[in-house]
Amino acid sequence: FCFIMELCGATRLGYFGRSQFYIALKLVAVAQSGFPLRVESINTVKDLPLPRFVASKNEQESRHAASYSSDSENQGSYSGVIPPPPGRGQVKKGSISHDTVQPRTTADPQEPASPVVSPQQSPPTSPHTWRKHNRHPSGGNSERPLAGPGPFWSPFGEAQSGGSAGDAVWSGHSPPPPQENWVSFADTPPTSTLLTMHPASAQDQTTVRTVASATTANEIRRQSSSYDDPWKITDEQRQYYVNQFKTIQPDLNGFIPGSAAKEFFTKSKLPILELSHIWELSDFDKDGALTLDEFCAAFHLVVARKNGYDLPEKLPESLMPKLIDLEDSADVGDQPGEVGYSGSPAEAPPSKSPSMPSLNQTWPELNQSSEDTAIVHPVPIRMTPSKIHMQEMELKRTGSDHTNPTSPLLVKPSDLSEENKINSSVKFASGNTVADGYSSSDSFTSDPEQIGSNVTRQRSHSGTSPDNTAPPPPPPRPQPSHSRSSSLDMNRTFTVTTGQQQAGVVAHPPAVPPRPQPSQAPGPVVHRPVDADGLITHTSTSPQQIPEQPNFADFSQFEVFAASNVNEEQDDEAEKHPEVLLVEKASDPASSLRVAKTDSKIEEKTATSAPANVSKGTTPLAPPPKPVRRRLKSEDELRPEVDEHTQKTGVLAAVLASQPSIPRSIGKDKKAIQASIRRNKETNTVLARLNSELQQQLKDVLEERISLEVQLEQLRPFSHL
Amino acid sequence: MAVCVAVIAKENYPLYIRSAPTENELKFHYMVHTSLDVVDEKISAMGKALVDQRELYLGLLYPTEDYKVYGYVTNSKVKFVMVVDSSNTALRDNEIRSMFRKLHNSYTDVMCNPFYNPGDRIQSRWALFAVHALFLQGLPC
Repeated sequence: FCFIMELCGATRLGYFGRSQFYIALKLVAVAQSGFPLRVESINTVKDLPLPRFVASKNEQESRHAASYSSDSENQGSYSGVIPPPPGRGQVKKGSISHDTVQPRTTADPQEPASPVVSPQQSPPTSPHTWRKHNRHPSGGNSERPLAGPGPFWSPFGEAQSGGSAGDAVWSGHSPPPPQENWVSFADTPPTSTLLTMHPASAQDQTTVRTVASATTANEIRRQSSSYDDPWKITDEQRQYYVNQFKTIQPDLNGFIPGSAAKEFFTKSKLPILELSHIWELSDFDKDGALTLDEFCAAFHLVVARKNGYDLPEKLPESLMPKLIDLEDSADVGDQPGEVGYSGSPAEAPPSKSPSMPSLNQTWPELNQSSEDTAIVHPVPIRMTPSKIHMQEMELKRTGSDHTNPTSPLLVKPSDLSEENKINSSVKFASGNTVADGYSSSDSFTSDPEQIGSNVTRQRSHSGTSPDNTAPPPPPPRPQPSHSRSSSLDMNRTFTVTTGQQQAGVVAHPPAVPPRPQPSQAPGPVVHRPVDADGLITHTSTSPQQIPEQPNFADFSQFEVFAASNVNEEQDDEAEKHPEVLLVEKASDPASSLRVAKTDSKIEEKTATSAPANVSKGTTPLAPPPKPVRRRLKSEDELRPEVDEHTQKTGVLAAVLASQPSIPRSIGKDKKAIQASIRRNKETNTVLARLNSELQQQLKDVLEERISLEVQLEQLRPFSHL
Repeated sequence: MAVCVAVIAKENYPLYIRSAPTENELKFHYMVHTSLDVVDEKISAMGKALVDQRELYLGLLYPTEDYKVYGYVTNSKVKFVMVVDSSNTALRDNEIRSMFRKLHNSYTDVMCNPFYNPGDRIQSRWALFAVHALFLQGLPC
């Protein structure tokens, strides 16, 4: 007891409260009973200044006395004592200390006591270490107290006891560690085990000796370092490190190459293994060079090591390179890592399939792996062009092969969102089977709605044009750029219309374009037949306007005929126009099948109607068609599927009524009336067809809308990347 | 799932060899040593082979009744040998490749350390921690 007091007192003289406590702990470690208390006191010590040391010390001293006496008995068989205390210590501290370390510490007792003790003493620097020390010291310290004063004093800078390397280590560690390195302390038990198990222990011991020699300097440094965070770099230290960095690398944002760093740190006279370990800890991005933060961390670790702190297994947070550096280095590291590794995610996409399919499959991987940032970007970018292509393709429906893929695209912008131009184009262009295949391949964004919609659409349509045998991607791409604008407009109009009344969805798009083209009636009318074959060529709203214009033109022509009281001509034209209208309207919605059907019809009828249209007036036709159209559409909207005939007849009548010549003709001649009746019937049928087609278009557009929304949701996370 | 992992230098001396603790290490050391002949044979067979990931991976060197030995060589003729328990039937070739890839990465990290002299025994606890994961999981995340 008195001995312990002397020791404590002696330690006080040479050390600060912490170190005193530390030594006291060592003494206490001898006693088993002192363990729990020490833990508490250790904790308090760690967080509090010296005064508590005294109090704890007293407690410890008392325990020392108790334990010392018991230890004295166990001295002879301290080896046997060691296991029990560590066991107890472990039980007590198991929850706190590292489990991994515990087994090691238990293994330590098997080793010679001194080496066991020495590593134990290194831990004491931190509470955990203390606990572990308590375990081990139980046996070892029993010796220590006896030889205690010597080892105790060794840390003070006196010649280390040559009793054992472990003692040297112990003494060396005891002064430096006391404070902060809870991290190192976690490390010290492993290091201690390593010491016992690996030849590297000699190195540690040598370092300990060096540490002991620099104890005083270390103490000063330790005081400077924060008590709570042992690894925190103070401003003075940081400034010192930065200055050192500048001597090697003037650019603070630059790197220190590995060789230069090696030379620099070798000057610290630390063993190579230690330096290697420090390097592994500090070179966060594993690039073989040190940034300023990495250098400071490494330097700090060197300083700590020289002071006797044990190196942690993991880089402390306070020493972690700043996030910015991490990000930069991480990006750099990830990329070369990916390159070097030829990472599976990177490999998988390219290996999977060319172009589109690969992109489709990269999507899931992109989502899964964070490193595939490079891959992410191309995908979203690709999406929009594909959409554009889709739109273009839709616009380009009309009988040609290109139109087939395009037209469906318009109808199904959702397909675009599915990342596969191919899929969409395939679906549209080729038959259902192909599309189904692609839709199935859209594993990532495969929306049942879209796929179902696509399938349903395809099924609903009589059949896509068989002309598109070419692979899906090529068709959309070669399309001229101007068609994109038109396709976009189409989509916009469609999306806009979708937002509107359902009944009027289909009706509005056709209605809108005609409005701005009051003066373009002649042109569009003339173009319609031409465009019927190639609607794509129109720019912006032209595609929409064009197909509609024929309809309007048809009506206008029809009205003109009616106005002109040309029964037969009107009848013929009426027949032609409604069909053309139907065909063209069908082409508008961009259902490939419809387009196919309508295209053929358009082709037929445009040829026939072309001359008729041309012959007819153009300018006057434009305004009438619009109101007629609107009326028709409005009526269609109002009464979608009921009394179409009556409505249509009514509409027709209204149309006819709009032109005084019509009623006059009716009232004048029975034939004219009959002709008008025929016209009405025809218009009725036409309108009925239109109605049905518009309904289909409406459904398609709604489906597209849904798919677009889904795509939007899917693309949203990528927008953040 | 690997029971033994060895890193052999160009001159065919081991830089790092570690076996699962439960097994008789000497037996694995012997197996690794004998597998070096097979490795050399495959290397010479490649001749002027290109530097390719696939060719870096040598594949199954030879199977015994209990174990399978896989080989992997780097561009600097540093060889990795892995002994896997045959009872692990689920181990596919791709998994072995990925394990070797990770081993290669760890080895590269060790090489990046300027304090490491090529040709020294690899004593880094830190860098080869992934190797321990290989033992435990077979495929460290």
